[in-house]
Amino acid sequence: MKRAILNGFVVLFVALLAAGCSNLNKKQTGSTTVESRGISSGEMSDIDAARSSGIADGASAGAAELNDPNSPLSVRVIYFDYDSSNIREDFQSVVEAHAAYLAAHPETTITLEGHADERGSREYNLALGERRALALRRQLVLLGATAGQIRTVSYGEERPVAEGHDEQSYSLNRRAEIIYQ
Amino acid sequence: MKFLITLWCCLVSTLAVAQIGGGPLTIRITQGVEGALPLAIVPFEWAGQPLPQDIAQVIANDLTRSGRFNVMPMTDLPARPNDIAQVNFKDWRTVGMDNLVVGRITATSDGGYLVEFRLLDVFGGKQLAGFQIPSHVSNLRLTAHHISDIIYKTLLNTDGAFSTRIAYVTVDRKDAKNSLYRLQIADADGYDAKTILESPQPLMSPAWSPDGNRLAYVSFEERNSAIYVQDVRTGAREKVVSGVGINSSPAFSPDGGRLAVTRSMEGNPDIYVVDIASRQQRRLTTHEAIDTEAAWAPDGSAIVFTSDRGGGPQIYRMSPQGGDAKRVTFNLGNYNSRASYSPDGKKLVMVNGGSGFRIVVLDLATGGSRVLTGSSLDESPSFAPNGSMIIYATMGGRGTELAAVSVDGTVKQRLALQVGQVREPAWGPFRK
Repeated sequence: MKRAILNGFVVLFVALLAAGCSNLNKKQTGSTTVESRGISSGEMSDIDAARSSGIADGASAGAAELNDPNSPLSVRVIYFDYDSSNIREDFQSVVEAHAAYLAAHPETTITLEGHADERGSREYNLALGERRALALRRQLVLLGATAGQIRTVSYGEERPVAEGHDEQSYSLNRRAEIIYQ
Repeated sequence: MKFLITLWCCLVSTLAVAQIGGGPLTIRITQGVEGALPLAIVPFEWAGQPLPQDIAQVIANDLTRSGRFNVMPMTDLPARPNDIAQVNFKDWRTVGMDNLVVGRITATSDGGYLVEFRLLDVFGGKQLAGFQIPSHVSNLRLTAHHISDIIYKTLLNTDGAFSTRIAYVTVDRKDAKNSLYRLQIADADGYDAKTILESPQPLMSPAWSPDGNRLAYVSFEERNSAIYVQDVRTGAREKVVSGVGINSSPAFSPDGGRLAVTRSMEGNPDIYVVDIASRQQRRLTTHEAIDTEAAWAPDGSAIVFTSDRGGGPQIYRMSPQGGDAKRVTFNLGNYNSRASYSPDGKKLVMVNGGSGFRIVVLDLATGGSRVLTGSSLDESPSFAPNGSMIIYATMGGRGTELAAVSVDGTVKQRLALQVGQVREPAWGPFRK
């Protein structure tokens, strides 16, 4: 019942947005681009769309390379050990491949998202997530990427991919995600 | 189900800065205290159409929830007086009641109500307190909470926190990539929940201003953490801290003019103090370790924070001007974080990690500590403004729930949301 009401609320809100709130919003909040994203739950599909359009361009050989499921470039998530931001041995080749790709495509930019598992306090985990993203960036830069190509953001424990409260889930949530723009 | 929808979307941002009535949090008392005071509350006399709130029942629930009172079930009441003249004290002595509350509600000419109540001493046969409180249909619950505060203060000689509010974050998770985050405010008993912000991106770390008029919080709406301050009543909000890296963990200074925050634009998280009006900031820590989760001493004389400069996270204390930081947590294991002060400044409550994560209270004068909770994933503790209880987030059967525990660990309760997860509770100040 409550969910239905809240969903109804979201629909109502999106309808209101469509009805012309956005102009006013833009004016009020200046140069930020929050507005159009607002309440729409299609946030992540935006990213997917951006990703797939980069691939579909097909303008460079690189796009196909990124799209090759057999390439280490297809691996976009690096996992970490508990309370650690060290790049594990088993992800070294993946990191090298992404660094080489970035070095060869200086116009390409990526975002590294750092994440933590749910144990401990949220703000401290936000810091741990950042440490992972920065460790990955450092490694990519050491291997040939330029710092300007890489944006980092930490979500701490706020965006788990696995919801369980066990080591299996935790190991999937301690991660850095590589997102090509 | 009663709900109100008020939108300020066009005024502020496309994030839904909105007010909607949610279902109440469900409260369960999981552990009470021995020797609770026996007290009877008689339903208040009222001649008109049924009221939206049963004042006597709200008071009974408040006092029961505190764990300090053993409130007689309404069905067991030996009599139903509404005034001291109608009370036969012997009736109540016979059933073992120490105290009795009677009252009546009358309509006023302006469409409101006058709520009159008396707190009686059964053995002394006398009145301990009596008040007439003007009320309105929209704040009958608040009036009931005020009466609970008066009863609590009269009988226990310490302020009640029944008319305070809590802020918290709820998450309605659809799948790994799709969640709806809400910042909500509810009465301390979980009722009258209102959403003041809604976003598909994470919301974190709500913190009250000392006057209870504003909330600071972290929002990821711009794909990175940024700190906002929002007026609770109007919904107007402003972005106060943003930029490269982490911008998080806001804590209002006791004068309400500044925020202690965490920023990492220099490469690793450090504590800064930002003047809200001028946006001028001062950096307080420069260590290469993680420094985060700042909290002010109530008198403004110190700031405590979490740092892993010693290897693992521990609590440190420094001057609000920065400088030398001294470690506060010793012999408490290798994980202590998210500390905040009790209202009297004498204790810290924090998250303590070991085999699990529990809530621990540390006495700053003696160094003595007490483990208050026994679950495995407890976090985000926050003192009630009267210092009697601590609200925190814990893992329940359907996800994260809120729980509260008395400072001595004897009274425990759970507050669960009917849909979704609820976390990061922040107990608001006394209402002025």
